[in-house]
Amino acid sequence: MNTAVIAHLALLASAFLFVSGIKQLSSPATARAGNARASLAMLVAVVVTLLENQVLNWPSVAGAVLLGALAGGFLARTIRMTAMPQLVAVFNGLGGGASAAVAGAEFMRLGGGAVAVGDGATIVLGTLIGAVTLSGSFVAFGKLQGIVTGAAVTYPLQKTANAVLFAGILVAGAALAAGDPNPQMYVALAGAALVLGVLLVLPIGGADMPVVVSLLNSYSGLAAAATGFVLGNMILIIAGALVGASGLILTQLMCKAMNRSLANVAFGAFGAAADTATRVEAGRRPVRDVDAEQAAMVLAYAGSVVVVPGYGLAVAQAQHELKKVCDLLDERGVTVRFGIHPVAGRMPGHMNVLLAESDVPYDRLLDLDEVNPEFDGTDVVLVVGANDVVNPAARDPQSAIAGMPILDVDRARTVIVMKRSLSAGFAGIDNDLFYRENTMMFFGDARQAMSDLAREVREA
Amino acid sequence: MSEMMIGLYVFVLATLAGKEVISKVPPTLHTPLMSGANAISGIAVVGALVVAGQANTPVVKWLGAAGIAMATVNVVGGFMVTDRMLRMFRKD
Repeated sequence: MNTAVIAHLALLASAFLFVSGIKQLSSPATARAGNARASLAMLVAVVVTLLENQVLNWPSVAGAVLLGALAGGFLARTIRMTAMPQLVAVFNGLGGGASAAVAGAEFMRLGGGAVAVGDGATIVLGTLIGAVTLSGSFVAFGKLQGIVTGAAVTYPLQKTANAVLFAGILVAGAALAAGDPNPQMYVALAGAALVLGVLLVLPIGGADMPVVVSLLNSYSGLAAAATGFVLGNMILIIAGALVGASGLILTQLMCKAMNRSLANVAFGAFGAAADTATRVEAGRRPVRDVDAEQAAMVLAYAGSVVVVPGYGLAVAQAQHELKKVCDLLDERGVTVRFGIHPVAGRMPGHMNVLLAESDVPYDRLLDLDEVNPEFDGTDVVLVVGANDVVNPAARDPQSAIAGMPILDVDRARTVIVMKRSLSAGFAGIDNDLFYRENTMMFFGDARQAMSDLAREVREA
Repeated sequence: MSEMMIGLYVFVLATLAGKEVISKVPPTLHTPLMSGANAISGIAVVGALVVAGQANTPVVKWLGAAGIAMATVNVVGGFMVTDRMLRMFRKD
């Protein structure tokens, strides 16, 4: 067997390890092994590539690897779990940037002579997707981090500007794809793609970020696959396709959970500043409000409790206090479980990670479909920092959020809503749940309120 | 059959295989799935190593090195942070 065949077989093994590694992610029990398997797959691919290719400039390659590994390792070790969406956005962006750099390097390398038509097209595709992913991800990072306004940014002629930019990209892209070796044209294309990434993400509101991060995740995979076509490298195509599929599935799930189409998320400018004008004046109707002692009594003497955490919990950093309350209830023999809406955090599954960090066992975390049939037999639901996802108005066909999948908390015997105020949620509509007879409002900052609650449950 | 056509077959089949295994990942693991997939998209490092290795001009060399550095952040950081998250998941 010659070395080329051995190299191909090794890469085939790497592809197998990638797919089977992801398969192991389907259960929390095997997920860690799956991640390790996928990283082994990556190692195999890198080692084979290094052995197969004559690396002429070792110092710069080794330097770049060292730099990247140190930065990545540092971020991975120090990042707070609440900031995970930002980190994933940054990593997405860098993945896209790397693909764009590869496509660019290949263009420049071939640039002396005419570029073959097929090569030109894949280079253009890799550059476009990679550059849009790079700049779009960094805008998403800025929005999640609060550096860029979380509101949907709109300005006059927005769609026209995007259309003009897009048309320019098409013209330049077509010329380059047809074999034009002009480097200025290529740089202009890459620059325009970077601007397009910014313009596409800016008009998307902060609460829609789960969709954006998922979509950019998909793009980073597609960009890698495109460079696989550029270089004729199958492992790049396979791994890129896997990531592309993963991001796309998560994007669809997030859109479904928010009851929105992808087009509506991308172009609807949901959550623009103008929306606030139409917000319902809340707090005119009487509510039943309770203090920590009363809430503790209700919880301590319940048989079963379902906690519904929303993003407000994470913002207030109250998950550790929540865990304390749950432990105390546990000791009293109360069954405590968690009902988690798909968009409870700022990225798919974010809330589950935050609760896992607070040491809540994963078998107590129920997703939307699992928990909804349980509410009928539940004594008390404790809603913390969530609003739209528990709004019964979603069942009313006339409502702005009609058809959105919600947690049917109003079917439980008693609902305690822990919230700062009666203000409307992201959708800007009032929540009828707050005014119902079986609902108690427990006002306060989630962290303070939760630690008060822990104290009172201990004494109850 | 051209290399590009073979690539297209591989791409479509890999997408289907991916869709099959990924749709079985439960919602509770969606964040680790995403950060793990993210690390996998760092496969671009392979492409960057190839172009950096064949660099014939300084521009190509630097683009390749930049690609390697960015993709390595993605790979190393992505797998490490995924492991850090998955370590926290425990059963009752």
